[in-house]
Amino acid sequence: MPDSGPARSARQDAFVELDGVEVLYGGDGGTLALRDASLSVAKGEFVAVVGPSGCGKSTLMRLVTGLWPASDGNVIVAGREVDGPLSIAGMAFQNPTLLPWRTVLDNVMLPLEVVVPHRGRLRRERAAYEAQARDLLSLVGLAGFEQRFPWQLSGGMQQRTSLCRALIHQPALLMLDEPFGALDVFTREELWGVLQDLWLARKPTVILVTHDLREAVYLADRVLVMSARPGRIVAERRIDFARPRRLAGTYAAEFQAVVQDLRDQIDESRRGDGQGAGDAA
Amino acid sequence: MPRDEAVVPAPVRRNGSSRAAALAAAARRRRRLEAVLPWLLTLAALALWEVAVRGFAIPEFILPKPSAIAASMVKWWDPLLQNSWQTLMTTVVGFAAAIAFGLALGTAIGSSSLLYRGLYPVLIAFNSVPKVAVVPILVIWFGIGSVPAAITAFLLSFFPIVVNVATGIATVEPELSDVLRALGARPLDIVRKVGLPRAMPFFFASLKVSITSAFVGSIIAETVGSNAGIGHLMIVASSRFDVPLVFAGLVVTAVMGVAMYGGAQMVENRTIGWATRGMPAA
Ligand SMILES: Nc1ncnc2c1ncn2[C@@H]1O[C@H](COP(=O)(O)OP(=O)(O)O)[C@@H](O)[C@H]1O
Ligand SMILES: [Mg+2]
Repeated sequence: MPDSGPARSARQDAFVELDGVEVLYGGDGGTLALRDASLSVAKGEFVAVVGPSGCGKSTLMRLVTGLWPASDGNVIVAGREVDGPLSIAGMAFQNPTLLPWRTVLDNVMLPLEVVVPHRGRLRRERAAYEAQARDLLSLVGLAGFEQRFPWQLSGGMQQRTSLCRALIHQPALLMLDEPFGALDVFTREELWGVLQDLWLARKPTVILVTHDLREAVYLADRVLVMSARPGRIVAERRIDFARPRRLAGTYAAEFQAVVQDLRDQIDESRRGDGQGAGDAA
Repeated sequence: MPRDEAVVPAPVRRNGSSRAAALAAAARRRRRLEAVLPWLLTLAALALWEVAVRGFAIPEFILPKPSAIAASMVKWWDPLLQNSWQTLMTTVVGFAAAIAFGLALGTAIGSSSLLYRGLYPVLIAFNSVPKVAVVPILVIWFGIGSVPAAITAFLLSFFPIVVNVATGIATVEPELSDVLRALGARPLDIVRKVGLPRAMPFFFASLKVSITSAFVGSIIAETVGSNAGIGHLMIVASSRFDVPLVFAGLVVTAVMGVAMYGGAQMVENRTIGWATRGMPAA
């Protein structure tokens, strides 16, 4: 394991840790989605994962949340080996997947009917929980829309609702898989701000998968770059801009330089990765 | 319904309210027309029928006039009522069993891929058996009466319910079940919170098909092995060449079928308005 030496020191206070993980879909001769993937995310850290389409980013999310088993290697979350669904993670996807028969408020409160400490209390302390949900909704600018149905909302509003649903039970871990991928640029940039505020207010550990390098640099403490399939982390870059970050800042020269740098790193890692894979074989 | 208010107000501002009012009036006229059209068509068809039978002098034992059927209904109202009540009851019993069984089996099949693969082919095979042929067997087992009729109604009507409920539950978006599983949801939670509500539109669609099949089932069984019910009445009437009474039986059956269908539709509109995004279902 050539990478275990330097990485160990960074893993002292890791909340999420992957070590030499391999994921195989469909048994022998199936699709190798991840190979030798290692990463570690500190508690309260905001990490973005970027990489080419089909490289295994969604697989990574399923792996960390225990929805899909690793065929090799270790996955450790909150100090425990993951061997089944986590039961603490909030998730949001590109598709908001709201339930059309529930109002916005009831959609947001869905996790409370499922997550263990809350599901038993929900009936008795409904008012308190409902107040929490309303607070969260007003934080993302949806005050007054609590009793609407999802299909009465715009795509951006549905995605805000989906974010609230991912956060209502105050998860320690928030997994976002291209949550803004289907939105127009203006809505997307607006929601970057919303997400940053939510994160600053509660500081969950966040893993955000995205295609958009600007999004990654704007939001994350650290950006991880994945190789083409079978995916693994081939580069990473720390982003040190002060918080809260402003949208105007994304047009500043330093910001553009980081984005450009990251883009170069991706190109380089792709080329390097091709050779590396050739060497290894 | 709320449809107008939602659609019309937007363009009002510029041209004043007269155009909006005209649009609303046009929409109202259209809805009124839509409401009376089925009745008008039925009346027209009956009138045409009456005229044709009179014009071509078709004998009553081949095709009775609507007026003769109506007269027969008035004359035989008591047996018609009693026998249609009998048929309605056996159908409702069979249909209720089909709903309970269909929901349970559909839920099981839809939420377990093992059952889906294992049981589905068996169900398809079962469904392709002509169940009418089973009626004599049922009569041997349970004797003449309403039991074979209720069972036949059940056998003919549960299959669409199973298939539709299973489909609704099996097609829950994988991402949505990921969201819930990552929260520690048990499979039963996912079925209850997402699978079943989501299957409801499929379920109601299947009810509308099934209720017709249930009537077919009970009436066929009554014609073969029963001494009561509309099916029995029609057999007796036709053996006496009382063709208007046979047709009267058909009319009564149709009325019951439409009434049950309407009931299902009403429950559907109340419970799953979300599926049509707030518009009343067709
Ligand atoms: N359930 C699955 N069964 C088989 N192959 C899969 C499955 N999910 C993903 N894959 C394959 O694994 C690879 C990585 O997929 P994914 O993690 O969704 O990529 P990304 O999210 O980066 O676009 C792809 O080649 C995809 O076809
Ligand atoms: Mg993906």
